[in-house]
Amino acid sequence: MKAKHLRNRWLGLLPLGLILFLSGCGQLEMTVLDPKGPVAQSQYDLIVYSLWFMLGIIVVVFALFAYMLIKYRENRPGRKESDYDPNLHGNTTIEVIWTIIPIIIVVLLSIPTVTTLFDLEKPPEPAAGEEVKEPLVVYATTADWKWFFSYPEQDIETVNYLHIPTDRPIEFRLSSADSMSALWIPALGGQKYNMAGMMTKLYLQADEEGVYDGRNSNFNGEGFAAQTFKVYAENEEEFNTWADEIKNEAPELTADRYDELLAPGMTDVQSYSNTHLDYVKHHTREGMGYVVEKYREQFKEKLHLYEIDKQESFQ
Amino acid sequence: MHITDILVTGEPIIYGAMVSMALVGLALLFILTYFKKWKWLWSEWLTTVDHKKIGVMYILSALLMLFRGGVDAMMMRVQLAFPDLGFLNSQHYNEIFTTHGTIMIIFMAMPFLIGLMNIIVPLQIGARDFAFPYLNALSFWSFFFGMALFNISFVIGGSPDAGWTSYTPLSGAAMSPGPGQNFYLMGLQLSGIGTLATGINLMVTILKMRAPSMKLFHMPIFTWSTLVTCFIIVFAFPILTVALALLTIDRVFGAQFFTLTGEGLPMMWANLFWMWGHPEVYIVILPAFGIFSEVIATFAKKRLFGYHVMVWSMIVIALLSFLVWVHHFFTMGAGAFVNSVFSVSTMLIAVPTGVKIFNWLATLYKSKIEFTVPMLWSLAFIPSFILGGVTGVMLGMAAADFQFHNSYFLIAHFHYVLIAGTVFACFAGLVFWYPKMFGHKMNERLGKWAFWLFFFGFHVCFFPQYFLGLDGMPRRLFITNVAEWLPLNVISTIGAFGMGLGFIVFVYNVYYSFRYSERETTGDSWNGNGRTLEWATTTPVPYYNFATVPYVDEIDPYIRMKEEGKTTFEEDKVKPIHMPSYTGQPFIMMALLGLASFGLVFEWMYVAVFGLIGAVFMMIRRSFDYDDGYYVPVEEIKRTEKKARGL
Repeated sequence: MKAKHLRNRWLGLLPLGLILFLSGCGQLEMTVLDPKGPVAQSQYDLIVYSLWFMLGIIVVVFALFAYMLIKYRENRPGRKESDYDPNLHGNTTIEVIWTIIPIIIVVLLSIPTVTTLFDLEKPPEPAAGEEVKEPLVVYATTADWKWFFSYPEQDIETVNYLHIPTDRPIEFRLSSADSMSALWIPALGGQKYNMAGMMTKLYLQADEEGVYDGRNSNFNGEGFAAQTFKVYAENEEEFNTWADEIKNEAPELTADRYDELLAPGMTDVQSYSNTHLDYVKHHTREGMGYVVEKYREQFKEKLHLYEIDKQESFQ
Repeated sequence: MHITDILVTGEPIIYGAMVSMALVGLALLFILTYFKKWKWLWSEWLTTVDHKKIGVMYILSALLMLFRGGVDAMMMRVQLAFPDLGFLNSQHYNEIFTTHGTIMIIFMAMPFLIGLMNIIVPLQIGARDFAFPYLNALSFWSFFFGMALFNISFVIGGSPDAGWTSYTPLSGAAMSPGPGQNFYLMGLQLSGIGTLATGINLMVTILKMRAPSMKLFHMPIFTWSTLVTCFIIVFAFPILTVALALLTIDRVFGAQFFTLTGEGLPMMWANLFWMWGHPEVYIVILPAFGIFSEVIATFAKKRLFGYHVMVWSMIVIALLSFLVWVHHFFTMGAGAFVNSVFSVSTMLIAVPTGVKIFNWLATLYKSKIEFTVPMLWSLAFIPSFILGGVTGVMLGMAAADFQFHNSYFLIAHFHYVLIAGTVFACFAGLVFWYPKMFGHKMNERLGKWAFWLFFFGFHVCFFPQYFLGLDGMPRRLFITNVAEWLPLNVISTIGAFGMGLGFIVFVYNVYYSFRYSERETTGDSWNGNGRTLEWATTTPVPYYNFATVPYVDEIDPYIRMKEEGKTTFEEDKVKPIHMPSYTGQPFIMMALLGLASFGLVFEWMYVAVFGLIGAVFMMIRRSFDYDDGYYVPVEEIKRTEKKARGL
């Protein structure tokens, strides 16, 4: 009896505990909630906007729930005869109200969702008073289990790392040489799939200089966990210096070298003074089967890619 | 092929599993032989067409799979909490999360619910069995052999390792060679036959075999949820059947439907999979809603609030469930317009679901809540499910989903809805109807221990995962190699073990209650609070269910029956009852199809062809089977009923 009484009190405290927990975790730095560019910012705004509605719903339902449990438990001392109505089976007014309110919430959530969706298909707009910059095009291609970033404008290519200028939209053209993967840089914005035989476009932009984590977020086999890369966001000048340096000093990516790199497996960070786009276009119908045909036998081997002690840290 | 080529070798954990499987198998053989139970096993269980016994076999299998899937989950949690231990390597981890997901959805959640439907639905509508009892047995054995086939994969041939979604091109022959992925395809295909047949069978049973004058809107809410679920099954499962068949043809016979070479369309798999997969989610959640409604009304001792609205909201959810599949791949780049449409349709599901939540809360208003174990599971569902539901809406907002997709935020969300929804309902339903099945209740004290351990374990396990997702931790990652992720993962693992402990207490309770619980003497087991027809039968339920079928023209008919002193045994109205005969054919037919599937897994065509020919032969035999069943004589019915009712 006593124990049951206490338990109900505890249930009443549940929503409070939840809010404390949520606000407590707000102190932690969570990448998605700490946006570093306009795309991530618009998604952050949407998440926070929706979070208020969700918290509202949770508070209302938890409060009603606690009220019902406390007031209408069978053995509550001081229950009145009027507290029990076994044949109560409906009330049109209240049912209409609790149908309409969710509909209104859905409408209020849909409007910013749809507008944000359409905005995300375009390069982010510059802040007021700043000039519009053409997006920097980067082809991001995955092959099991590595990343190729081709910069046609600079005519350079990097493997497993990415340099971008700040305050300029980046137009990622995503594709895959084999299995489906996804490019995700949580600090800069959400992900999209890389698929062989297709090209998807993803616009991202960094407003702050820094080094961010990027990865393949779509499971694609043994080397999935290690298919990560660093994103170096730096100002335009530094970026150009870096690009020139690569162009002048890095070796040439020959067709043979590129084919070697495509073999299933992992590889370290590399730079080249031209792009692979001249050799094969994985996003075309002609290019989609290229790697599978070439390495069919190698895909059959379980590669046992890494032992734990050799595991590269994502940090 | 030499035996050592097909046995999985080189992993201590696998050797341990092999040894323990062999030991358990030997022990079972010994027990059956020593106690001379072989004949009993065959004539009482393997050949049964009784919906109640088939239901029990479904639930036992589902509990076994909950254990297997749970062990998989524990292994993953150990790996993620102690990444430096090197407990699992990448390949092994990939196999385990694949089997965990597949088993929990296909071989745990669905059969558990189908088991409860098997036992309860005919009793709730005053039927004497399914419309097609033979087909019902066939369904069970197809599920059983599909399950068995899928589960042997980790000792023979190797487990599938491409995720429970089995996305192509990764799961195609080029990138996932060998039998692993075939086990997935054939296991699901074989058990899918059973699910589809059960869907049709239950649909016909509910539509054609209700007690006289029971209209659709007199049916108990669990039966309604079953009917709606059956419609989803009948429309959704053929899509899976086709998708699995196409991928099988790709893998085994070298076609190019989903391959990268030969201009296949790998992304079509994701479409087909989720056109089945999203309705599938509602196949496992609607019956859960039905169970909660029954339990809450019973222990609130009050009529369900808004019965008609509850039914219509289920129908609306079922329709919407077919219109939202694209939200599983908003990130595929379908464009802003397509994503907007599916985003809005997804969020719309929150409306009927929200209405249901408010109806349950209103059912509690002016009620007399009694905190029994099934009621605890049902009440805990409401706040827990809300936490999963609101995050579901957030995931439905496509623009934000780009950040949530493939992350632990998603993992937390769907475990919140599937555990707080489906698993809580399975426990609630099992404990609630346990006396109907076994003639005694489960111990309440142990039941509460199991509940609180599982409940707290569940929240401790999955709540932190929302934050891991927001910190950018992707799913299916075998190593937590970012320092900030580790603490929350450790907390999550502690919670998982809490759930495991809860499950152990639950299983111990099955044993404890079998030994020590009081035997039921009345059919209305929960202090006379039963509202629907299943409580009007005696306990144990006689094999023909109802000596005389009651006349029903309202919701909760048993309440009126009790007031008027009526029972399901009106002595002067008893007539001979027509019952189906037991038969071993379904077991044999499905065993042969199981053999054929096993042959296809290893691409041993002669085995596959032999099994197929055998199965076709059994079908022909069935076509010339003139056994129309038998009549139970009036005397025997009277004798049985009088004994059970102590008259």
